[in-house]
Amino acid sequence: MIRRRFLLGVAGLAGLLAATLFAGWWQVDGPGARTPRLSIAGGPPPLAQAEMTLTDHEGRRTSPASWVGRPTLLFFGFTYCPDVCPTTLSDITGWLEALGGEARDINVAFVTVDPERDTAEAMADYVDMFHPAIVGYTGAPDEIRKTADFFGAFYKKVETESGYMMNHTATVFLFDAAGNFRSTIDYHEAREIAVPKIRKVL
Amino acid sequence: MNTASKALSIALLAGFFFAGPGKAESTQFGDLKVETPWARASIGTARPAAAYMTIRNGGSATDQLVGVESPVSGMAEIHKVKTKDGVVSMSPAGPLPIGPGETVALAPGGLHVMLMKLRQPLEKGARFPLTLTFERAGKVTVDVPIHGVGAIAPEK
Repeated sequence: MIRRRFLLGVAGLAGLLAATLFAGWWQVDGPGARTPRLSIAGGPPPLAQAEMTLTDHEGRRTSPASWVGRPTLLFFGFTYCPDVCPTTLSDITGWLEALGGEARDINVAFVTVDPERDTAEAMADYVDMFHPAIVGYTGAPDEIRKTADFFGAFYKKVETESGYMMNHTATVFLFDAAGNFRSTIDYHEAREIAVPKIRKVL
Repeated sequence: MNTASKALSIALLAGFFFAGPGKAESTQFGDLKVETPWARASIGTARPAAAYMTIRNGGSATDQLVGVESPVSGMAEIHKVKTKDGVVSMSPAGPLPIGPGETVALAPGGLHVMLMKLRQPLEKGARFPLTLTFERAGKVTVDVPIHGVGAIAPEK
């Protein structure tokens, strides 16, 4: 009787595991994979073609072309954003922790859409609060515009009573080590879906 | 174990107890119950901060959250995040109705109390009062614990 219950338990667990794996496959590679809503058909061009110049949070001038050679996870935001951006940075920190050593070579790029307030120092204050792999990028307003256009990211300033906020694309873009666009992770996508997507570009 | 590392372990242990396993806090207020309020620590005072909670209406009439205020903020509002085609936008939510038997969650990525014009930084481990004004039930002040900048849920 006990043995039978044990076997049933094992079968149940195995079934649960299979269902979880199937659900994961369905949503990552299978017919349930969400078509990324990209404003550029087929996704952004290879990183090697990026010609804009940005400044990282340590003050170094660089270009997204320099990310080629390592896989890249890229997203846009701004540091005066109290809800969505800390949530995204926190999610990314969780994904990187789940991947551990597997993700040690990945570039994690956070590009501001608010260069007016987000100086390199402001980006440094902010990214320091999250995973050490996250690098913040800012730049001249026209360079930020060129960067967003290159990746097909949207942003728009919205005036408010207390200043302004930025509406922006919260999608995470994934590139392989060769710098080719591979996939996206939607805002607030579950870790069980996000982590396998990142693993595919490593 | 040398003195320095002993002092460090004591500090860590003390930190553990103080940061400690907080209890799920709730404030019963007439028919309404405000559960697990929390906020994220701010970086200085220039950037706005966000606070979250769950509100249950155990009564038989709809009530509305019509205002929020706190001594830590010169301007507080309920804001709503919307996502459309991968683009997120945030706007004042206006009065927030809570129907009889309903629960409204203010949580990351959805509704939040936006604390603007901060008068002091919100420091992890500290607490601040937040006054909620309801159309029917009136005003209630809840004590809000501050978690880390990267917190995505109230720490248990």
